[in-house]
Amino acid sequence: MLEIMKQPWPWYLAGPLIGLTVPALLILGNKSFGISSSLRHVCAICLPSKIPFFQYEWKREVWNLFFTSGIFLGGMIAAYHLSDHARVKIHQDLVNELSVYGVTDFSSTVPKDLVSWGKLMTLPGMIMMIGGGFLVGFGARYAGGCTSGHAIMGLSTLQWPSLVATICFMIGGFAMANWILPAILTL
Amino acid sequence: MQNNKPGTTIEADHELRAMDAICINESQNRHKWYYNFKYLVAGAILGIIFVKAEVISWFRIQEMFRLQSFHMYGIIGSAVLVGMLSVGLIKAFKIKTVHGENITFTKKKFNKGQVYGGLLFGLGWGLTGACPGPLFAQIGTGATVVIVPLLSAVAGTWVYGRFRTQLPH
Repeated sequence: MLEIMKQPWPWYLAGPLIGLTVPALLILGNKSFGISSSLRHVCAICLPSKIPFFQYEWKREVWNLFFTSGIFLGGMIAAYHLSDHARVKIHQDLVNELSVYGVTDFSSTVPKDLVSWGKLMTLPGMIMMIGGGFLVGFGARYAGGCTSGHAIMGLSTLQWPSLVATICFMIGGFAMANWILPAILTL
Repeated sequence: MQNNKPGTTIEADHELRAMDAICINESQNRHKWYYNFKYLVAGAILGIIFVKAEVISWFRIQEMFRLQSFHMYGIIGSAVLVGMLSVGLIKAFKIKTVHGENITFTKKKFNKGQVYGGLLFGLGWGLTGACPGPLFAQIGTGATVVIVPLLSAVAGTWVYGRFRTQLPH
């Protein structure tokens, strides 16, 4: 059993399990699945700065911080106890494309040739880590949710604004991966 | 706590928390803080799935945006189907929470932020190869440098809150 769990899980197992997070949180305490809101709560706790958007009773939303801490913990458990240390099998076209930009290390969840402490002061590294993170945080709140809140929770409850948001997430991602990122990697 | 008065204060607070957030706490119950550990467990299970299904891999996300793999589409698609079915069952059978509370859903109103913010989020997703959930899980797996995009995402959230009223919605 543990040996099977240590292999990478197929989509038809992982997808439904992720989907079950929706009823799990609702039944555990009437909570809507969402992750990016945790970033807002961090702002409300640490640096509200009299900004109305951060003036709310964050103590009521602490569950969300427990939930995201759990995701961190789950990452640790999976990496240290449930890993077979096999590298992710990547499509050959992507391998070829990335090797042009000098990306040849596929051993981590992030491309170590671009995303590492040593690359933080390079222009592509700065754009990917600092710029990318900023856009994720800013965009998620501007859109009112991220992949979990809109694409999974929002679509599960048949909300069409969430469909609009999800389509825009994909358009942005397609544009970045196919056109903008290649330009950044040649900087 | 100053908001224990019934009526306007709580409603105003709910309104504010619901602003630009699909995920808000609908529960009227007030539990002791350690009740939150059940959400830690739920999160841990989700984090394990994220890692084991390679959802947190930058390379998997790049494959998705280049249409080189069905993997991520299969995951998101089947997750949404199971979520829809579960919500349908909860509504049909009026299933209550473990504390006997009714389960409620809020309608999300459309605003332009879902388009502008969505596009910006997508651009960021294509760069980091991770949406907020996987960022937490990546740090857990030992990719400590991901602390940088995570802190940057907090900064992005703060800047949005600061300039919210000047942005088109």
